[in-house]
Amino acid sequence: MLITCPYCGPRDVIEFTYQGDGNRERPDPASQNFEAWNAYVYDRLNPAGDHNEIWQHSGGCRAHLRVVRNTLTHEISSVAFVRGDHAPATRRKAEDKA
Amino acid sequence: MVERQSPLEPEFHTGSHGNFEHGVEILLTETRPGSIVQLTAWPGEEKTLMAAIRTFTGLALPDGAGGGLSDGAKSVFGFAPGKFTVTDEAEGLAAAFAKVVTPAIGTVTDLSHGRIAIRIAGPKAEWVLAKFFAIDFALPAFPIGAGRSTTHHDVFAQIQRTSADQFDIYVFRSFARSFWKALCHASEEVGYEVQ
Ligand SMILES: [Zn+2]
Repeated sequence: MLITCPYCGPRDVIEFTYQGDGNRERPDPASQNFEAWNAYVYDRLNPAGDHNEIWQHSGGCRAHLRVVRNTLTHEISSVAFVRGDHAPATRRKAEDKA
Repeated sequence: MVERQSPLEPEFHTGSHGNFEHGVEILLTETRPGSIVQLTAWPGEEKTLMAAIRTFTGLALPDGAGGGLSDGAKSVFGFAPGKFTVTDEAEGLAAAFAKVVTPAIGTVTDLSHGRIAIRIAGPKAEWVLAKFFAIDFALPAFPIGAGRSTTHHDVFAQIQRTSADQFDIYVFRSFARSFWKALCHASEEVGYEVQ
């Protein structure tokens, strides 16, 4: 399985570390909504098909990546930096306000 | 300054080795740069950091992932988004950069005692490295000056191509001797010389 890192190009999966389901939404750390925490910790879609995942290019540029992988075929249909499109800080701030 | 010991010492044997009856096709050296520094720019500060690198080293980094260049004494290359490795034959590069790379721009990490630089050169350099790393070493895919971050088993390596048939490999000091031995073994079949 190859993952095409947006910085390094196509690399063998051995260079990457799986960081978990990319669909999870972490509740506010101060939240006492137990259902939300339960969902964050335990609920998984477990699809037979395209799956949103977080991977780290730990044996390369070490960037965290948002990957869409097909759980049936291992086909990777999209890879992007987790931290936006590596946009400059000024642009990111402008977007946050919107 | 403290005199730096080579971690390769017990396994560093100058001369020709392996299958060298028909000539050596690989040259292995330890380049021993005085400074190995890692610079990181916060998002949006990449251009400011690249300008600081140019001011200090005279090296104008090209845009693009893994871009780099070397003037023989000083080298620089990108190895991750907003991150650069800079080396110099002279010591003191980290202290110099710390003055201009302020906390608002990014970070300076001195790796001079943490990494070592191994140079592999010769007509079979690409061929030997291809046994180690699953990346494309062909010149069009890996141009002169460019850098790559990759792994040989669990040994993290940064590689810069410093000429058509020459690569400088930066590895952790603690893994350096074992990596060096592996490199020597891999070079045996084409004959190699250690200088
Ligand atoms: Zn990468």
